[in-house]
Amino acid sequence: MRGEALFGYAMILPSLLIVMLFTAGPILASIGLSFYSWDVISPPRFTGLDNYEQLAADQTVLHSFAVTLGLAVSIVVLEILIGLGLALLVQQRRNTFVRATFRTVFYLPLLASASSVAIVMGYMFDQKFGVINYYLGLLGIPNVPWLTSDFGATATIVIIAVWQQVGFAFVLFVAALSTMPQDVLEAATIDGAGPGHTFLFVKLPMISPTILFVAVVGIISAMQLFDQPYVMTKGGPGYSTTTTVLLIYQTAFQNLQFGYGSTISVLLLLVLIVLTAMQFFGARKLVFYQ
Amino acid sequence: MSPMISRARVGRALGLVVLIAAAIIALGPLVWTLSTSLRTPAEAFVNPPAWIPVNPDWGNYSAVFEQIPLLSFFINSVIVTGLIVAGQTATCMMSGYAFAMIRFPGRGKIFVLFLATMMVPLQATMIPVFVLIKWMGLANSLSSLIVPALGGAFGTFLMRQYFLQMPKELGEAARIDGASPLQVFWFVYARMAVPPAAALATLNFSGFWSEFYRPLIFLSDQSTYTLPLGLVGLQGNLGTGSVSVVLAGVVVALVPSVLLFAFAQRYFIEGLTTGSFR
Repeated sequence: MRGEALFGYAMILPSLLIVMLFTAGPILASIGLSFYSWDVISPPRFTGLDNYEQLAADQTVLHSFAVTLGLAVSIVVLEILIGLGLALLVQQRRNTFVRATFRTVFYLPLLASASSVAIVMGYMFDQKFGVINYYLGLLGIPNVPWLTSDFGATATIVIIAVWQQVGFAFVLFVAALSTMPQDVLEAATIDGAGPGHTFLFVKLPMISPTILFVAVVGIISAMQLFDQPYVMTKGGPGYSTTTTVLLIYQTAFQNLQFGYGSTISVLLLLVLIVLTAMQFFGARKLVFYQ
Repeated sequence: MSPMISRARVGRALGLVVLIAAAIIALGPLVWTLSTSLRTPAEAFVNPPAWIPVNPDWGNYSAVFEQIPLLSFFINSVIVTGLIVAGQTATCMMSGYAFAMIRFPGRGKIFVLFLATMMVPLQATMIPVFVLIKWMGLANSLSSLIVPALGGAFGTFLMRQYFLQMPKELGEAARIDGASPLQVFWFVYARMAVPPAAALATLNFSGFWSEFYRPLIFLSDQSTYTLPLGLVGLQGNLGTGSVSVVLAGVVVALVPSVLLFAFAQRYFIEGLTTGSFR
């Protein structure tokens, strides 16, 4: 039995080392560093709660959280609406080849990297030469300042994030819809429910766990938005697309404020924990588990 | 009766129209990227775009390899992604198996530690990780990307869930026949865990092949750049004059993902559905 236990320790050792060194340790170190002032060159200096006082009054930080949350909610709501809509429409098709083709097409954008998509879309959404404004011009909408206005830049980031990731929600909704027990749907039809009623009162409750799951995963990943604003707008115009992770990057790795950067990271971590907990516990009442 | 049927028909037809429109939107930017990568740099910004390249200019593809070290970016990406995928699959199979099948003191507590770190995004711990990487002497090398990814809480969790469903009797029988614990793992259970291992591998491939944040922070020397970092740099260096060259690079970076997806689509979808806890 002792040999068995030793074998167990040996088997978890590599993963345990990585988790301790590169995740658990750094979480604690982030909290520790958040009480220091450190420019990497001179030794770190303990400053107590100074960073937190600065944080509470720092409009840029608070603004970055508002920007990130706004982007995250817009992206996730659109992903769920569009993903669910497309999944329902694809489920209507009887031909399996047609269904498989649409599934592949909607998944394809996920294969590109977010930074590649940002490069490509940066050209496509270019105000003067971009192909998007060319076609909008033909429709009589001239010269939309996609990346050069506050609202335009925000909208562009939402559009390209939704464009790339909607396939994720779509695939999960298709899986949820296709595993739905047929007898329940038949019973609803026999009881005289039309398609609208069946959707609202049967299908929607049954896929609500998937909706919650997509929302949780989507919000958590959107709260870490970095690649698209870094590549397309560098956070601008002004601070309109400066997400929290972008701000942490600028604070720590461009302005070399490692202590203050850690303080913002700790706040981000707290926000993520609260968001996750809220979605899991708060939404329990809204979600139907079989 | 007949108005009902025709209404359903019209609904289905409208549904198809919406699906086709959505498919065009999904494919549009990909087709634009491909067709513009085949235009001469001078034509790249001429609208309307030539959606179907009539006289493809393959010169951009040689240019992208000549003007910038795209081949070196590509090789770096292959090394980093390949070693992470192989390493993490192995370590997570091991730890997932141990948490599911082997009893040892402290197992529950250590597993809770894994679970607690699973939801923590890398971006929130980047500063101390960077300090650690520098201190270990790994900064500005491919190891800075590889080493911290050679194990993981999420992969462990995924593999453990799978091993938990396997019958314990098989291993017990093999033990009675004189097999060592390592032999039981390798010859009895590891073989049955190929599907989740493949799902984890494809998931990690997509994640690390596209990774931008860590390379941006860890790598400062162009000779160590991976594809996503190199391409973003390329966009900055060449400016808008050579859009088609940049796009040729984007296409080159996309090819391995598409190829893998074509052959292992099943595992992508599985990884997505089981694995999106990340």
